[in-house]
Amino acid sequence: MLHAFLLGLAGGVLIGAAAGLFMLTTGRIAGVSGIAAELTGHWPPRWPQNLAFLLGLPGGLLLWRAISGAAVPVHLPGPGLLLIAAGLLVGVGTRLANGCTSGHGVCGLARLSPRSVAATATFMAVAVLVVAVRRIAG
Amino acid sequence: MKTAGALASGLLFGLGLAISGMVDPAVVLGFLDFGGLADGTWNPALAGVMGGAIPVAFVLYRLAGSRVPPPSRVIDGRLIIGAALFGLGWGAAGLCPGPALEGWVANPRALLFVFPMLAGFAVTTRVIGRATGARS
Repeated sequence: MLHAFLLGLAGGVLIGAAAGLFMLTTGRIAGVSGIAAELTGHWPPRWPQNLAFLLGLPGGLLLWRAISGAAVPVHLPGPGLLLIAAGLLVGVGTRLANGCTSGHGVCGLARLSPRSVAATATFMAVAVLVVAVRRIAG
Repeated sequence: MKTAGALASGLLFGLGLAISGMVDPAVVLGFLDFGGLADGTWNPALAGVMGGAIPVAFVLYRLAGSRVPPPSRVIDGRLIIGAALFGLGWGAAGLCPGPALEGWVANPRALLFVFPMLAGFAVTTRVIGRATGARS
């Protein structure tokens, strides 16, 4: 349990550094849903930045796989229909809220944004509730 | 230059998500499942991520100074409903946008989540764009 926490802490430091680097080089908040959503609308002048950031994400996984010499597990739950429905909810919800775990949860809290505190408290509470209901339902 | 910065940021971000286990929905659901505290299966990784990421980003944002946009104070129904819908999907699959847009490279089945998410982005942006246009 401590091992998982320390790996989380190490990864978190890198994520915080990435958010800072993104701000210092592009002047933007490192919100993954916002960056990806821009590419689904009219392609704005900054699409090369967005595409570069989004290519970096899977690149980071491959890099860690190469460094650690071990597979990086990605266990996806349930039937395909669950993933499709969850994807839709996450897509619509993060656009309405203008942010997700990165934009509100990391960057917003680091900016001490009251809006992001409200958003993060809401999505955390609802997600914990969903998991609790599924545990009880068995 | 900005594109190189964005690529380096994405790589660093992706490396952090991989090292922390956040790219694995089982680890995320293991955190959200507080029932696991009783049977010893609770996974604290996400708490470690927040504890590591927020202070580092806070300090770097201070360094960036006035380049960081001032936070908005608007807390409205749209924000809360959106965050609640996001929480529903996140709690159901254990996936949020970053890990989903990264994990497909290790498990392509994640694309079953990614494409509906992108469709959700596109549709919502269009509807909101229209609503905003009508209001102004």
